[in-house]
Amino acid sequence: MKKEDFGDNESLDLLKESGSNVLLTTIDDVINWGRKNSLWPLTFATSCCGIEMMAAGAPRHDFARFGMEVYRASPRQADVIVVAGTIVNKMAPVLKRLYDQMAEPKYVIAMGSCAISGGPFFLNSYCVVKGVEHVIPVDVYVPGCPPRPEALLYGMLQLQRMIEAQTMKSRKARNSSHDSK
Amino acid sequence: MEEKEKNINPDEQQEYVINMGPQHPSTHGVLRLVVSLKGEIVKNIEPHIGYIHRGIEKMCESITYPQIIHLTDRMDYLSAHINNEAVCLNVEKALEIDIPDRIKVIRTIMSELTRIQSHQLWWASFGMDLGGLTCFFYGLRDREKILDIFEETCGGRMLVSYNCPGGVMYDIHPNFQKRVKDFIKYFRKILPEYDQLLSGNVIFHERSKGIGKLSLEDAISYGITGPTGRGSGFSCDVRKHEPYSAYDRITFKEILHTEGDTYCRYITRIDEMWESMNIIEQLIDNIPEGPFAVKMKPIIKLPEGEYYQRVETARGELGVYIISDGNKNPYRVKFRSPNFVNLSVFNHITKGFKIADLVAIGGSLDLVIPDIDR
Repeated sequence: MKKEDFGDNESLDLLKESGSNVLLTTIDDVINWGRKNSLWPLTFATSCCGIEMMAAGAPRHDFARFGMEVYRASPRQADVIVVAGTIVNKMAPVLKRLYDQMAEPKYVIAMGSCAISGGPFFLNSYCVVKGVEHVIPVDVYVPGCPPRPEALLYGMLQLQRMIEAQTMKSRKARNSSHDSK
Repeated sequence: MEEKEKNINPDEQQEYVINMGPQHPSTHGVLRLVVSLKGEIVKNIEPHIGYIHRGIEKMCESITYPQIIHLTDRMDYLSAHINNEAVCLNVEKALEIDIPDRIKVIRTIMSELTRIQSHQLWWASFGMDLGGLTCFFYGLRDREKILDIFEETCGGRMLVSYNCPGGVMYDIHPNFQKRVKDFIKYFRKILPEYDQLLSGNVIFHERSKGIGKLSLEDAISYGITGPTGRGSGFSCDVRKHEPYSAYDRITFKEILHTEGDTYCRYITRIDEMWESMNIIEQLIDNIPEGPFAVKMKPIIKLPEGEYYQRVETARGELGVYIISDGNKNPYRVKFRSPNFVNLSVFNHITKGFKIADLVAIGGSLDLVIPDIDR
C-alpha cells in the first residue's frame, strides 16, 4: 500500500516522531520491518470465512506476495490469528487457549461479521459469542459475510501498517492493557 | 517404587488416547476426534461435535420463511445454493405454487455449478491432506472461475442467497450463458489434468485403495448418502429417484461405484463433475423465456401441517422438515443434514487402519462441520 492511500497518515507520523530518541526509533524501524513482512497466520477456521481465507492464499489473490503465505498449524509458530468464522460458547475457551499459546508478538484479525459481533446470529441465538473481542483482544476488524479475499488482504495490509507504527513504548502499553482485560 | 517398575512390561503394547482437534488442519473445521491408538493402529474414534453449534434450527422458529433461506447458506456453505433451494421448494410445495420453467432451469444450472465448485474445493483440500500441495492451487484456481459467474449474476461469491420463495432474486446476467459455456469448455480441458496429477498417481493409489472400506449393507444401514454412499454402490441420488426442479427433463446417469474404499469415493466425485457438466450443457442453451420470480404475498404464511422436501447437495441428501401452525414463523424446522449422518460411519470404517489413513478417510467423507452442528 502506498503512503497516500492510507487514510490516517498524521497519527502514523505522530506516533513515529513522539517521544523516542534516534537509536530506539532506528531499532524499532528494523524490528517492525522484519515483523510486518513475515506475518504467519494460524490455520484457524471455524466456518464459511475459512474458505475465503483459503481463497486468499490461493493463486488468484495470493497472500504470498506480502509474506504471509505460510499457514502454520501450531500456534507456537504463528504470529497472527485470523478468527475466521463464528465462535460459539463451547469453542471460546479453545480460542482463548490458542491465543495464549501463541508467542509474542501476536496479533488478531476478526474476519467476518460473526467474529465481529455475532453477525446473522446476533439475535435469537443462545450459544454464539457476540463478538470475539469478548474473548481475545482484536487488532483489525474485516467486515463482510463472508468478506471477499481482497477485504482480508486489505485487513492484513492494515495490520502491517499498524505494526509499522509500533514503538517499544506503545508495544508495552498495548500488552499491559490487554492483560488487564 | 520397585514393585511398580516390575509391573510395567516394555514389550507389552498399551492403548493410548490422543486428541485430534478441535483446531486441526485436517479435520476441516472444528471437529474434535478422540482417537484410541494401539501403536499406530486406530482402535476407536469418538467424534465430539458442537464446537460450531449455532442453534440454527431454534433460530428458524423466530424468523420468517424468506429469512430462513439466509441461515441455510451458512450451514453447508459449499452447497449454499442447493440448501436455499431445499427451503424454497418446501415452501412452494406447501403453498402449491406452480413454478415457471425458466426458474426451474436457472436453479438447476446454478445447483450444478455449485456442485462442481464444491467438488473442486474438496479435491483441492483432499489432495492437500495427502501431501499434494499442488492440488490445492489447481482446485482453487478453477473454482474462482465459477465464483466469478456467481458474482456476476447473484452478487455474492460464495453465500449467494440467490433463491427466494417463488423464484430467484434477480434475472440472470446477460453474460451468464456465454460465461458458463466458456467455463465448461475450459474445465473439460482441465479435468483430465486433475486425473493426471492425482488419480493416476502411484503414491495416491497406495494411500487410498482398499483403505476405509464401506460395504453396501453398512452404507444403507447407516443411511450414508451422496458420493460417499454412491462410492459403495448405494443408489441414493435424489435427483434421479425423486426429481425436483428441472432434473426430470434431462438425461444423466447416476454415478455408482462398488468398491466402497477411499479411492472409489474419490473417483465418484471426479465422475460427478463430468456429469454435472453434461447436465449444464443440456440446459444452458435452452433456458425458456418467462418471469424469473412468481409474485408472492409480502408475508408468507404456510397452511397448518407438516412438509418435507429433500434435495441432493454436493455431500448427500438434505431434508428440510417444516411444521407450520399457520403463522408467519414455522413452529419447528428440522434439517436432515448429510454430513451429520456421514460422520456416524467414520468410526466404523477407520477401525484397524493406521493413523495416517484416518486423514485420508476423513478427507474422502468430505465433511463440512457447520452442517453437522447447525
